[in-house]
Amino acid sequence: MKKTSWFHYAAPHTFYGLAGKAWPWFAVLATVLMLVGMWLGFAVAPTDFQQGEGYRIIFVHVPASWMSMVIYLAMAFWSVLGLTFNTRLSGMMTRALAPTGAMFAFLSLWTGALWGKPMWGAWWVWDARLTSELILFFLYLGYIALTSAIDDTRRSDRAGALIAIVGAINVPIIYFSVKWWNTLHQGASVSLTKAPSMAELMLWAMLLMALAFWCYTIALVLYRVRTLILQRESHATWVHELDEVKP
Amino acid sequence: MKWESWSQFWAMGGYAVYVWGSVGVTALLLALEVWQARWAHRVVLDQLKSEQAVAQLPVEELM
Repeated sequence: MKKTSWFHYAAPHTFYGLAGKAWPWFAVLATVLMLVGMWLGFAVAPTDFQQGEGYRIIFVHVPASWMSMVIYLAMAFWSVLGLTFNTRLSGMMTRALAPTGAMFAFLSLWTGALWGKPMWGAWWVWDARLTSELILFFLYLGYIALTSAIDDTRRSDRAGALIAIVGAINVPIIYFSVKWWNTLHQGASVSLTKAPSMAELMLWAMLLMALAFWCYTIALVLYRVRTLILQRESHATWVHELDEVKP
Repeated sequence: MKWESWSQFWAMGGYAVYVWGSVGVTALLLALEVWQARWAHRVVLDQLKSEQAVAQLPVEELM
């Protein structure tokens, strides 16, 4: 029996083809889930008894915030793999994830400000949840700035991996901030240990949107990593043999 | 369907600015990111194509 190692799929050449086949499926899935999620959230879900229609911001705010944290953890995961096994793909995956993570962190802050104004009366407060999320946004920007400032790919990947791993400490801080400190931000709407504090329909709409953002991220990262592979392997024979680069 | 009219839907019970400001900017940024990724891919492919074209030229033409 032929044994295929995981490292086989981690070879940029193999992964380029694999990612090329996979991203369109995730893109279609993301679109469908987003349409259903938005329809449920904006056409079917009832009005909130406390916050009126204003609560509907939740359908973008919570999924965007989750993704901003998940993507950072994914970057830390790839960085650990990269530093231990020295695989080329790890650095490219980390780099492909960063812009999308930065965007979701920004969206979390933006939609949070637009939610905070009508409900708390302030766009921004220096609350533990908000401040740690702002730090996460800066970590993303720091990662992007640092990696693009170092020309040597290997050194740049290693420096980036360090920020990704050290900065990951911030993610549990964001997550538990509403428990550890007395914050203005409300507690978790959904948790693994207790029943969700939301109406079922609202919860479904939010989970569908979260799943949609997951698929969007996977599709986009697979797409972006292909661009990075082509850039970094531009002198490899297999790249020159691709149909899409035939003149 | 919980809305009685489109105008009621767009008004969002008085929270229109906040709700549509959130949804609008989210949609805009997602679209921009997709566009940026496609554009970056195109640039790399075009560059590789032109390198290939140069590599395939007969030597006399490069002199």
